Amino acid sequence: MSLATLDLPAPREGLLRRLSDILVRRARLLTLLLLVPPLLWLGLVYLGSLFVFLGQSIFSIDEFSGTIVREPTTATLLELFRPANFDIVLRTVGIASAVTLLCAVIAFPIAYYAARYAGPKVKAAFYLAVMMPLWSSYLVKVYGWKLLLAREGAIGWLAGKLGLGGALEAWLALPLVGGPSLSVSYTGMVLTFTYLWLPFMILPVQAALERVPPHLIEAAGDLGAAPGLVFRTVILPLAMPGVVAGGIFTFSLTLGDYIVPQIIGTSALVLGQAVYTLQGTAGNIPLAAAFSLVPILVMAVFLTLAKRTGAFDAL
Amino acid sequence: MHVHAAPIATPAVRFAGVVRHFGTVRAVDGVDLSIAPGEFFAMLGPSGSGKTTCLRLIAGFEQPDAGHIEIFGETVEGLPPYRRAVNTVFQDYALFPHLSVGENVAYGLRVRGIGRTDRDRMARDALAMVKLAGMEARRPAQLSGGQRQRVALARALVVRPKVLLLDEPLGALDLKLREEMQSELKGLQRALGLTFVFVTHDQSEALSMADRVAVFNEGRIVQVGPPEEVYERPATRFVARFVGSANVLEASQAQALGGPARPSSLRPEKIALLAPGAPAPEGASLIEARVTEVSYQGPVRRVSVLSADGLALTAAIPAAAAGVMAGASVRLAVPAGAVRAMEGEE
Repeated sequence: MSLATLDLPAPREGLLRRLSDILVRRARLLTLLLLVPPLLWLGLVYLGSLFVFLGQSIFSIDEFSGTIVREPTTATLLELFRPANFDIVLRTVGIASAVTLLCAVIAFPIAYYAARYAGPKVKAAFYLAVMMPLWSSYLVKVYGWKLLLAREGAIGWLAGKLGLGGALEAWLALPLVGGPSLSVSYTGMVLTFTYLWLPFMILPVQAALERVPPHLIEAAGDLGAAPGLVFRTVILPLAMPGVVAGGIFTFSLTLGDYIVPQIIGTSALVLGQAVYTLQGTAGNIPLAAAFSLVPILVMAVFLTLAKRTGAFDAL
Repeated sequence: MHVHAAPIATPAVRFAGVVRHFGTVRAVDGVDLSIAPGEFFAMLGPSGSGKTTCLRLIAGFEQPDAGHIEIFGETVEGLPPYRRAVNTVFQDYALFPHLSVGENVAYGLRVRGIGRTDRDRMARDALAMVKLAGMEARRPAQLSGGQRQRVALARALVVRPKVLLLDEPLGALDLKLREEMQSELKGLQRALGLTFVFVTHDQSEALSMADRVAVFNEGRIVQVGPPEEVYERPATRFVARFVGSANVLEASQAQALGGPARPSSLRPEKIALLAPGAPAPEGASLIEARVTEVSYQGPVRRVSVLSADGLALTAAIPAAAAGVMAGASVRLAVPAGAVRAMEGEE
């Protein structure tokens, strides 16, 4: 029997096939159907409640009764600039910047290796290794780090064994970054945050590096650039969108966190803790809302700066 | 070892017994090669024949596992690409997407520490040379394929390489542009007096542009010579079939058609179709055959025939010839001297 004479039965006409006909002819209807649920979620539930909350920042609180005065005022927003409050902002942005920088520096070589040298098996192991920490509880990891960082902890012990005990003491004696022990210092806080958010930096950087065509790197060398120069002029600029994407994660995750500073940090507050206490125990919703505006503004500034420096030129 | 007399000039590129393998695959399997300064040299072969690896060995992207490579007399084994006076035009052009066209062309000057004003001027001149004057501020993404090709060319030429390497330079262009670029490349090469080495799998491109063609197969060079020689006198069955799909004849078949008693090649376009009743030209061998397949190719028709004594041949006849269709009986003439022995076959 030749193939030409073979008659296949026509597929059965069903409701689904007819529905498909309609959707194939009207592609827009399909797009609409697919987008409505997420848009409702994002638009109403998320953005709606966010703006309602942020809107509170134009109200103020009555100092005596502790009730919210529903009259528009800039007083609450201006309160952010009071030294005690502004310190919280600066402190948090400083920590987030340090964490982002440290994450980028640690993530880049790992991501570079995975993107350019690892074979399929090593790459599978890489993904597993990067993702695995995300499977365990956040609190377990933070308490784990508290133990590591404690005066009698593993890091202090190792530093002593390596004869670096003095160096550790000298570091802790420094103002700002130091403290009685690593587990109650900004250094410890930054190390813990860096550990927690590292996967969020590695993955986008690795994806960006993977998209850099190997020919471009060869072309740069071919035109006379030694490896260091190739890295600076070709690889890094092309990987920058990935670094910025990772930075958005590490930066905003750090800006919003209030648990690590509570467990590892000093007694000085960060943004997350301020919002947490203001809307909870203090009941000062307007000021909490004003504080919540800060991360949004900081991220906007961060992205504008990134764009200015040409981080998105390669997109 | 002095097999040859003193060389006339130091070769631009010299390979001696070069081997490169990837795992168990011998991509380049003992290549000897000598490219003269100022020569337009083509490396022709099917994919996986080792021609691109040879180009990458010259550029320095690959290092040989055995053998010796010289560029203008200088040993280059172990030298990284950035220490070699050769530049490459990549098949996909490899333009830097984050830099403007002008910055792309100036890149090689910038890494050599040439100041901004000088390198801008040199980049402008180089772009003018490839007919892209005034395009400095564009981004590579805003250019057409042909324009990108020219930018890649300007970027490689602006650093004054001793040898320019081109990897399938015209592969991604459409036919019209390709013909245009062919003559332009040839013109540039003559004007600059540079050594061009280009890799292609397209035999017509190699034949039309190159001064000499090296035909690659399975990691080895099977024939090197001027285009006419490679085309007219293929040395092996592979060359005969790959370059212009010639008929390959065994010794006895060649002899029957008035050729030598050796494995031989016969170009399809040498075979003539005789009008019914017309006598065979003097010295020609006559074949009575039946047409098995006809394919129309514009100026010619490729006609596959089977002769009365079982010989399958392909002939290229003028497309205007009438009465040639599958199943028809035809008379074909093979002129004296058309059957040529293949030197590389026993």
